[in-house]
Amino acid sequence: MTRLLSNPCLRLVAAGIFAIGLACCSSPSTSDQREAGSISPQAMADALHAVLESDRTVYARQVVHRLQDQEEVILASEHWQDDKALPLPAQMFRMGAEMVANKTDAFSYALISKWPVNKQNEPGTEAEIVGLDSVANNPSAAFYARESLGDAEYFTAIYADVAVSPACIACHNAHKDSPRNDFELGDTMGGVVIRILLTE
Amino acid sequence: MRRKRLAFVWTVATVAAGLYLVVHFFGRDRRLFLPGETTSGHYQIERACDACHAPFQGIRQDACLACHQAGLQAAEDSHGPEKFNDPRYAEDLARLDARQCIACHVEHRPEITGAMGVTLPEDFCRSCHGDVTEERPTHEGMGFDSCGSAGCHNYHDNRALYEDFLLRHGEAQPATVPAAWPQRKAWISGEMRDAGPLGAADADSPPASSRPELIAAWANSAHAAGGVACSDCHAAADAAWSDRPPYAMCSACHELEYQGFTQGKHGMRQAVDLDPMSPAMARLPMHPEALNETLDCGTCHDVHTVNVRQAAVNACLSCHADEHSAAYVDSPHARLWEREMSGEGAPGSGVSCASCHLPREERRIAGDLRIAVQHNQNANLRPNEKMIREVCMTCHSLALSIDALADPEKIRTNFSGMPSVHVQSVDMALSRTE
Ligand code: HEC
Repeated sequence: MTRLLSNPCLRLVAAGIFAIGLACCSSPSTSDQREAGSISPQAMADALHAVLESDRTVYARQVVHRLQDQEEVILASEHWQDDKALPLPAQMFRMGAEMVANKTDAFSYALISKWPVNKQNEPGTEAEIVGLDSVANNPSAAFYARESLGDAEYFTAIYADVAVSPACIACHNAHKDSPRNDFELGDTMGGVVIRILLTE
Repeated sequence: MRRKRLAFVWTVATVAAGLYLVVHFFGRDRRLFLPGETTSGHYQIERACDACHAPFQGIRQDACLACHQAGLQAAEDSHGPEKFNDPRYAEDLARLDARQCIACHVEHRPEITGAMGVTLPEDFCRSCHGDVTEERPTHEGMGFDSCGSAGCHNYHDNRALYEDFLLRHGEAQPATVPAAWPQRKAWISGEMRDAGPLGAADADSPPASSRPELIAAWANSAHAAGGVACSDCHAAADAAWSDRPPYAMCSACHELEYQGFTQGKHGMRQAVDLDPMSPAMARLPMHPEALNETLDCGTCHDVHTVNVRQAAVNACLSCHADEHSAAYVDSPHARLWEREMSGEGAPGSGVSCASCHLPREERRIAGDLRIAVQHNQNANLRPNEKMIREVCMTCHSLALSIDALADPEKIRTNFSGMPSVHVQSVDMALSRTE
């Protein structure tokens, strides 16, 4: 051991590891600003959205757009089971949301739009209606509200859902059920609603 | 004095009535406590109250799902409960909690029970799809009581009815082409020994149980050809020899088939530990001479010949005496079956009862594609559009299939002649693409 530590390079590494260990054990890091359980609903919603939006973008660009439009390997289809195709980005998103809703009612998320292909995705609650307008006008600012639905209170956040890939607009503009067919790359096509349950 | 006597009579009567109820409650047959007639889907198991009811908890959703979940999943359920968990549906759910089976299917209420055991008014789709004509002007003037009854939509299973499917298969398809059913490629769940084909000389039954006609039947069977000896069934797993081994034993090798059987009306009583179904209990018309049969593997499959052709038509018709069954023998389907049986028609060109009601299904088991017979004959029966994809469309166009299944008269006559009903769905889908 001592022989090993005489190597200056290894000494440096060992010191580094020791320092990290010390930092992990005693560091104030973020845990004293936000103790367990005290993260604000807004921070929670923003964090969830960061994950959802990134996954959604990766799927649209690196899976659907790449394989369907660029490399022409496999199509994305609404009837992906019958067509042995990729699920659409919106279906991918909803399947995840449904699985989450089966596990917990602490939070939920959905994809909605004022110009929905699927009418079930049009805004339903007051907050959804106001929120979609808000993010359509100002895509970079999220919309936040409190809602009471059924017997429960929610913190509701709505974020712009933007046409991040040519696949988004090509498909929506051509879809026979789409009420709008002039989407352009970068347009807000709808919104992601995230709800955090406030009441027990 | 009179009052005393009255009190005595009252006490005796109350105790007797109480005893009667207690005996029934703890006895095998608790039908006395049924609050109303059970639906045709559940009456076979109505004595097994616990299959659905948990004491003081009402009906458990997981009791429904224990039997129905796999079928709903296979149907790609259009309205699965997971779709409604999002709080944005709270208001809709307050009107009708569509996540609970019993919101729409209440048992023991014959006076309000409609098709598919639905106990809501027939126009229930309106409560969520009331504004459908905004999106689909073609639906103008149609009643909400016709969404599900006109051959266009189902609540759960729309695999053969969704718009793009109608478009893909709706146009310019020949009405009918010859049948070519896939050949069975069974999956044997038990351990297969490489015993090679066996002959009569290999019969290993004890002398007291050896009957030449049974041995001869077995020696010509698929079992003998596959190396399954007498003792494999009669003394399975090294048990002592039994002349009549229990049928559950068949499932050691035919697990899929037995599973299907116990999910359908033929075998669902076994699944809840009741004695087997018998034609005498059936609500459908049955032949009087068959009433005392009991339903098990051996009822349709002679256990020594294990002849699957016998099981495909003759076995069914030996019990079932309703008009649809009776009309089979004179139907165009039956003629194709006769041709196949006589060797005139190619293998897989005939249409038997089993072709439609016990269809051959593709299953992927451990990566292998198998063609297995679905032994739950109710899996594709209701709503009957479930038959379209895997059965009818093997030979017929989608449009013809939809029309035929919507025509009660054609069903009654077992599809002799062309349907006189025309469902608009394919035309409507095509009109939207113009
Ligand atoms: C290949 C076709 C296709 C592609 C690609 C596609 N969508 Fe969609 N999108 C659909 C369909 C179909 C629906 C409706 C799905 C459902 O709910 O059944 C939908 C739903 C949506 C919704 C919900 C509202 C609605 O229209 O029902 C939004 C918002 C949305 N898509 C945005 C996007 C964005 C952003 C992208 C790119 C990241 C994208 N879509 C890519 C077909 C597509």
